[in-house]
Amino acid sequence: MGDVIVTKNLVKNYTLGKESIVRALRGIGFTVQEGEFVAIMGPSGSGKSTLMHILGCLDVPTSGQYKIDGNDTSKMTDNQLANLRNRQIGFVFQSFNLLPRTTAIENVELPLVYHGSRNARKLAMTALERVGLGDRMLHRPNELSIGQQQRVAIARALVNDPSLILADEPTGNLDTRSSEEVLALIQSLNREGRTIVLVTHEPDISHHAKRMIRLLDGQIVVDHAVANPLDARTILSSLPPEEKQ
Amino acid sequence: MRLLRSFEMAWRALFHNKSRAILTMLGVIIGVSAVMMMLSLGGGAQILVTDQIQSLGSNLLLVFAGQITSGGVQTGGTNTRLSIQDADAIAFVPGVVAAVPSISRPAQVVAGNQNASTTVLGTKAEYEQVLNSPVERGSFFSQAEVERWERVAVLGPSVATKLFPDEDPIGQDILITVSNIAGGNQNAVRVSFRVIGVLISKGAAGFINRDDQIIIPITTAQKLLFGVRHAGSIAVQVEDTRSMNDVAVEIGAMLRLRHNLAADKPDDFMIFSQQDLLGTLSTILGYFTILLAGIAGISLLVGGIGIMNIMLVSVTERTREIGLRKAIGALRRDITFQFLVEAILLSTTGGAIGILLGFLGSSAIASAAGFPAVITPTSVLLGFLFSMAVGVFFGFYPARRAANLNPIDALRYE
Repeated sequence: MGDVIVTKNLVKNYTLGKESIVRALRGIGFTVQEGEFVAIMGPSGSGKSTLMHILGCLDVPTSGQYKIDGNDTSKMTDNQLANLRNRQIGFVFQSFNLLPRTTAIENVELPLVYHGSRNARKLAMTALERVGLGDRMLHRPNELSIGQQQRVAIARALVNDPSLILADEPTGNLDTRSSEEVLALIQSLNREGRTIVLVTHEPDISHHAKRMIRLLDGQIVVDHAVANPLDARTILSSLPPEEKQ
Repeated sequence: MRLLRSFEMAWRALFHNKSRAILTMLGVIIGVSAVMMMLSLGGGAQILVTDQIQSLGSNLLLVFAGQITSGGVQTGGTNTRLSIQDADAIAFVPGVVAAVPSISRPAQVVAGNQNASTTVLGTKAEYEQVLNSPVERGSFFSQAEVERWERVAVLGPSVATKLFPDEDPIGQDILITVSNIAGGNQNAVRVSFRVIGVLISKGAAGFINRDDQIIIPITTAQKLLFGVRHAGSIAVQVEDTRSMNDVAVEIGAMLRLRHNLAADKPDDFMIFSQQDLLGTLSTILGYFTILLAGIAGISLLVGGIGIMNIMLVSVTERTREIGLRKAIGALRRDITFQFLVEAILLSTTGGAIGILLGFLGSSAIASAAGFPAVITPTSVLLGFLFSMAVGVFFGFYPARRAANLNPIDALRYE
C-alpha cells in the first residue's frame, strides 16, 4: 500500500500587518496511506483549515514538505497545482459549491471539462449513479434536497477518480439524517479503497473515521486509530422513519 | 467541446440576467447603430456629389467674378468685371469648345392667378448643350433670339408645374418681377415673357436646384430686367479633360490682359473646374462623415465602459464560483477565457443588433430625405469587428481580475 499523503515538518506563517506573525502550523508531520479514512479534528484556530488548504494544494506551506502520491508540491507552478487538484484531489465543501442554474450532471462534468476528457458525460453519469442520484441527473441544485446536493458534490469529487477525497466539514450544513446519509456514502467509498481525509470539529462526525488526528495551536496533539468507528448505516436504521410531507 | 462549453456557459450566465444584459448591450447597440448610420449616410452624400459631377459634365471650367480683396479686406471693385465679351474672348482660347456667360437673380413670377418665387438666369443659347440641360417640350432660345433681346423664357420643370398646374405652358405669357438696387434705391422691374420651352427634370438633388429656375436670353436679362452690363459667371467647356489646367491658366492670363490688371494686382476673377469644386466638397463630406462617425464612436466607447462595469460586478458576484472552478482544476487561462467570452458575447450581440438597427435607421432616414444610404459589406464587417474589439478590450481587465483571484479567498467569499 502506497502513501497518498506524506507531510514533513509543515510550517505556515501568516503575516498580519507589519510585525505580527500568525504561526498557523508549527511543524506538522504525518503520513496517510492508501485506503485510510482520517478525520482531522481541532477547535477553530487550531490550524485545521490551513492544513486542509495545503493538503488540497490551494495553498503552499512556508516551509516543510508535502508529497501527494509521491509528487512534491513545493516546486510546482500554479498551473501544475491546478492540474494536480483536477486529477489527484476530489473536494467536498461544507457549502457544496454547486453551480446554480446548472444541472446535476453538468456540475459533475465540470472537472472533466477542465481535464479535457472525451467521454465526460458517461463518466459523470456513472459517478451520479454511484451516489444514488441516477434519477436526478437533469435536476438543478435548487430542485434537490440539501442532502442530495451534497451527494452531487461528492459525485463531482469522485468523477476524476482522484487519489484523495478531501472533505471539509461536509456535514456542517446538513441535518442528522442527511449527515448520516453522506457519511454512509463516504464510508462506502472508503470500503471501496478510496483514501479520505475529513475535516470536522464535531466529535460525532469524526468517530465515523478509522483514524483521528487532533490539532491544537498548529501542532498534532493526538494521532490514533479510532477504536470502534461508528457505522452510518446502523445509525440510519436507528433513526425514526423520515416524515413524508 | 471546451470552446462550445464556454459559449454555452456564457450564454446561460447572460440569459439568467436578461434585463441587465440588455441594458449593458444597449450602449453597444446605440454606438454601433450610430456609427453605421453616420457612415452609410455620409457615403450616400458622397455618391450624391459624384453623381452631380457626372450630370454637370466633368469638362467644365467655371469663371466667377471675384471681389478684389487684399489682406482679407475688400478694398474696392465689385463683382461686375466679367462681361459677355469676356466670354466671347474665352471661346477663342485654344482647347475651349464654348464659353457661356450667365447672370442670375431671385425673381417673382406670375402667370394667370399662379405665382412662384424662383431664380431667373440669363444666358446664351449654348447653355443647353454645355450645361447638359435639354428641353423636354418646346425649344431652347436661339442665338438670334439672344441677339434680338427677345422676351422668351425656358422654364425649369418645377416652376412649370407651379405656374401651369393643368395647362401646357408653351406659348403662355409670364410676368417676371425683380428687385434691383441702383444708387441705393430699390426699384422693381416687371417684364412679360413668352414661354417657349420646358427643361427636362434633373432632380432636386443637392445644393443647386436646377429644376427651379427660369432661363432667358442674357441680353434681355441685362438690359430689360436687371439693368446691368456684366455677367455673373462664365461656364467654359473644354475639349480635353486632361488639358483643363493649361486652359485655365490661359484663360486667367487673357482675362488679366482684358481687365488691364497690373502685375502686382490680384485676379478679379476665380476659375474653378467643376471637378475641383465637387471634389473639394466630396472631401469635406468625407471628413464630415469621419467626424460624425467618430462622435458616434464615442458612444461605443461608453458602451464598452458599461460592459467593463457589469463584468466587474459579475466577477464580484461570482467570486465563489470562480474559487470552486479553480479548486477543481480550472487554469488561470480557463477563467480568463470564460469571462472574456461573456464580454465578447455581450458586445457582439449588441453589435449585431446595432448593425441591424443602423441599417433600418439609415434606410428610413435615406428614404425620408431622398438620399441614398450606402451600406457596404465592409461597413457591416467593420461594425461587427469593432464591437468585438470593444468586448475584448473592456472584457480583458475584469477577466484578468477573476483569473487572479486567490482560490482560498474566493471560496470563503460570502
